[in-house]
Amino acid sequence: MRNPFFRLAGLAASLLCFAAVAHAQLSIEITGAGANRLPLAVANFAGERIVSQALTAVVRADLERSGLFRLVDAGAEPLAETAAVSYPNWKGRGADALVAGSVTAGADSRYETRFRLFDVQKQAMLGGQAFVASSGQLRATAHRISDFIYEKLTGEPGIFSTRIAYVVKSTGRYELQISDADGENAQTALASREPIISPTWAPDGTRLAYVSFEAKKPVVYVHSLATGRRHVAANFKGSNSAPAWSPDGKKLAVVLSKDGGSQIYLVNADGSGILRLASSAGIDTEPRFSPDGQSIYFTSDRGGSPQIYRIPAAGGSAERVTFEGSYNVSPRLSPDGKSMAFIARNDGRFQVALLDLATKQTQMLTDSSKDESPSFSPNGRMIIYATEIGGRGVLAAVSSDGRVKQKLSVQAADIREPAWGPFVK
Amino acid sequence: MRKIFPLAVAALFLAACSSQPPAPEQAGAGVEDRTPGAVKVEPVQVKSVTPEQIDPTSLAALKDPKNILSKRSVFFDYDQYSIKNEFKPLLEAHARFLAANPKIRMLIQGNADERGSREYNVALGQKRADAVKKALVILGAKDEQLESVSLGEEKPRNPGHDEAAWAENRRDDMLYTGEF
Repeated sequence: MRNPFFRLAGLAASLLCFAAVAHAQLSIEITGAGANRLPLAVANFAGERIVSQALTAVVRADLERSGLFRLVDAGAEPLAETAAVSYPNWKGRGADALVAGSVTAGADSRYETRFRLFDVQKQAMLGGQAFVASSGQLRATAHRISDFIYEKLTGEPGIFSTRIAYVVKSTGRYELQISDADGENAQTALASREPIISPTWAPDGTRLAYVSFEAKKPVVYVHSLATGRRHVAANFKGSNSAPAWSPDGKKLAVVLSKDGGSQIYLVNADGSGILRLASSAGIDTEPRFSPDGQSIYFTSDRGGSPQIYRIPAAGGSAERVTFEGSYNVSPRLSPDGKSMAFIARNDGRFQVALLDLATKQTQMLTDSSKDESPSFSPNGRMIIYATEIGGRGVLAAVSSDGRVKQKLSVQAADIREPAWGPFVK
Repeated sequence: MRKIFPLAVAALFLAACSSQPPAPEQAGAGVEDRTPGAVKVEPVQVKSVTPEQIDPTSLAALKDPKNILSKRSVFFDYDQYSIKNEFKPLLEAHARFLAANPKIRMLIQGNADERGSREYNVALGQKRADAVKKALVILGAKDEQLESVSLGEEKPRNPGHDEAAWAENRRDDMLYTGEF
């Protein structure tokens, strides 16, 4: 359902607003936003004060951070979803849409949260939901509410309930962490004295593949997040790196040097059934499946400089994909398979670029100089990537149209290698 | 040895772009559960191979600062993995040592500077490590004595961000049995 009054047409405006999340280990700052942000009022929910966390504060922060909404002051007065909506009043405040709701305490210290979304201009209810959750699940409830509002108003699924994985480097210590998409609830899945790189999410979101150097060489692991158990997916003579999941979650593309050079192989996720995909005299690395599983995109220097190529996942001949410039690496396909984010070097600066695979048009999305490891949000709207600010590794995100920009940083540590997780079922 | 050097030199350059016969797998990729725990800090275990029947007097040469064998690094140009002429005497000495001590093993760790993609830099470091491995085999070492791996840009010797630092970080390190 596409919202009739929500339009993103027009020139990009670099607005500077601020939405840092208090006490977040990972703090997020919006450094650019869409040109025409939808004015939205999220009233305090009736009875919300009985819960320790302010539900609506999380919803407002989510929607504001997306860069697609402008939060209109809804005042301090709570508004239940069942109350009569005074549309002229909300129109007078400048809101095009309004959210109202209520929280009530139920049995077993659980809370019932109900909300409704209203179109102020049409004076109509757009929909609503109810959740029953323990107090520990209230943030997750808030993200679900944000997802609902976002989808109703923009026509695309929200990503507020998703998670991101990344690596934090502090002195002599590397941590693979998983947090909510808003940077909250960061948990460490693995800590090591040796580097960890290339985390990638299994399509079902329950496992991560990554490369750890704890054996003094790169080895590929698959790690189940719920249990903390992991197994070796590839540990052959030489280097083992660059894991990528097949869309069905059954296989990994990996890069091995066991037969000389860095070459792409397919292996079952449990480490069995190794099969060489391609053969070249140069470097082949950074494989990524297309969302339909038919092709594998990868970086190769077979033509003399690092460029991106595509090969059928069943094997076959490689076709070159990038042509401009002398350093194009780290291909990542958008969830709809229509575009490819990658890192291009321009005058010695490494930047996030987006290639439209149909028109072959390339758009530079960033103007920074040390960008690495792009990763699409599962709705394709945002691309998170690693970059450097003031000599320190930070994460940043840019919308695939280049308009919305965010910065994510951790105090006193380097943060890198982001990977955006899939939709939560 | 001197006499065959021109041939070896030619081979060194070829080595950078020729393919290598398959090496035997070291370990199958089994389902080895290491149960690291969801949030535990895992102490890293250094795997060391016990030296067997290696002449300790020859090992001393590896640490003697006056001996060329104490030099263990080979440096590369930006985005390159061909071995420069200045390192050939060093590789010749190490190959001779390996040939004379067939029980000793060497781990060659390739490295890259910080610029560009981490995974591409793993591949670049691997090419550099493979280049030294091939040169050592051509010069008399046995393939089974050598393992070439890459640390990519992850373990810089110089943490700086300028050309001087990068030049130090584009390198291979040669580690002998007991040193890795």
